[in-house]
Amino acid sequence: MPYFQEFTLETEPSDTVLDALIRIRESVDESLTLRCSCRGAICGSCGMRINGHAALACKTKLVSLESSDALVQVEPMNNMPVIKDLVTDMGGFWDKIRHVQPWLQPTGPTPDAEYLASPESMNHLTGVMGCIMCGACVSDCAALEVDHQFLGPAALAKSYRFVADPRDGASASRLLDLNKPNGMWDCTRCMECIEVCPKGVGAMDRIMTLRAKGIGQGVPSTCGSRHAEVFADLIEQKGRLDEPMLAMRTFGLGNIGHILSFLPMTLRALVRGKLPKSGPLHRAIPGIDRIRRLFRYMRNST
Amino acid sequence: MKYAFFPGCVSKGGCPELYQSVMQVYPRLGIELEEMTTASCTGAGVLQEKDPRLGDILNAHTLALAEQQGLPIMTICSTCQGVMSQANHRLNSDPEYLTEINQVLGKEGINYRGTTKVKHFMWILLEDVGEETILQHVTRSLTGIRAAPFYGCYLQRPSEALGFDESPSRAKSLETVIDILGAEVVDFPGKTRCCGLPLLTINEPNSLKMVAHHTSDAKEYGADLMVTPCPLCHLNLDGLQSKAGKQNGMEIDLPILHLPQLLGLAMGMEPKALGLNRNLVSTRSVLEKIGVSV
Repeated sequence: MPYFQEFTLETEPSDTVLDALIRIRESVDESLTLRCSCRGAICGSCGMRINGHAALACKTKLVSLESSDALVQVEPMNNMPVIKDLVTDMGGFWDKIRHVQPWLQPTGPTPDAEYLASPESMNHLTGVMGCIMCGACVSDCAALEVDHQFLGPAALAKSYRFVADPRDGASASRLLDLNKPNGMWDCTRCMECIEVCPKGVGAMDRIMTLRAKGIGQGVPSTCGSRHAEVFADLIEQKGRLDEPMLAMRTFGLGNIGHILSFLPMTLRALVRGKLPKSGPLHRAIPGIDRIRRLFRYMRNST
Repeated sequence: MKYAFFPGCVSKGGCPELYQSVMQVYPRLGIELEEMTTASCTGAGVLQEKDPRLGDILNAHTLALAEQQGLPIMTICSTCQGVMSQANHRLNSDPEYLTEINQVLGKEGINYRGTTKVKHFMWILLEDVGEETILQHVTRSLTGIRAAPFYGCYLQRPSEALGFDESPSRAKSLETVIDILGAEVVDFPGKTRCCGLPLLTINEPNSLKMVAHHTSDAKEYGADLMVTPCPLCHLNLDGLQSKAGKQNGMEIDLPILHLPQLLGLAMGMEPKALGLNRNLVSTRSVLEKIGVSV
């Protein structure tokens, strides 16, 4: 069974969590096991959970940690097997990165030298190319916590890096692959990956762009894509969400059994008087004409 | 303390008891509201999956309406708050983008200058109403009640857009409110995690696993109830709790209260006036514990 062990040591204001851990290993308990290499937030090897959130130990100053009793809780990363102390098995992480084929797949004749791209067409990829594969996003991913089959934020952000590369010729097939179960639609949009990333990759934002690109390129419709499309359509029609209609149109008649599985909850809600004043089918908001025109302007501008 | 009130779709739809309870508590706290009837849905991050720029247009429209009223916006939903905060942050940190968005709004004769502040009711309680005023209205003891906080993702992340740098106390504002009301905070690991609602129509088993995990975990930590400032979380944690329990082979039965419902109870209001009879998981155990007849 995993357990916590407490160490007490004097620290300097400039100390990072990694400094403290190394000092423990060197002077208190030489068996303490952790990964680290560059000590400068470049190699990504010292990812761990610090006070409940994934972070790089070398980039986290002890003074930045809010704690009334100066206690710092350090744990191995979540969502991956623990080998010993703070070291996790990253095998599954790399399998998923490999799954998205993280290499350029250009089409057309082979150029004499490199495949060129203008700086302007690559600027938007700067953030996502900053990924150092530390695993922090994977550690704190809420969807992975309940389903280890999910591709996860790191692999999806890596896939985006190639889908959005103007030189890549495999975007369509990449999006088709991401459209499958455990792919881009299984993200729960909790933003944990955005918050913990030490490099500002913004994995969830990249996943949302993949979804928009998938819808734009007409990938086969799924409950995920229909949910987004119906949601937008309802706002254009009514200016507001219409929950029953959203569920029915997202699932579709082909999934009538699934819709019926919500019947006990719906009946309980009716008995409890959970029906809003406006009734089950919501009317459009006052001023809906302007909202519809805003939709139209945006459609025309694209 | 006057605000342009953005109730959000769910308080007017799937969680009418939230709207009902807010209507009960706000006038007594010195808050004045002008409801924004012509503002659209924020897109809830879902419309943005299809077209993020369209989401920013709709939210800029709402922000501009409040700017015309000369009022800050009050939300009662973590998701509405988060999505509008993010849109406001994008518009205010990129003047060129704001100009681009205003070119579209300009076709309707609207312009957004970027001055509107958006605040969740929970932040307003602490930052504008204040502990002293709240305590003046607390007439019913919640002593002995153990309440587990559940924020909703959008009221925690991304912290940059939510103003946590300028107002760091916002990160723990729900615990602070519970504490002021006299209940005991049950600090459990799931309090800032995802309720699973965004996955409900996409991957229901995973969504329900999140519901079962967080509610059963809170119960194991000794919670009598869970309280949330997010009606979308409430839809899943309360509405789907029974289904989640069945899927995961457990009986959970943890009452889930909207924040204004807990506040209203502390203010001595009747459970029915706060819509507690409309919650799907019975709140009887909580009411009995605080000595309210049911």
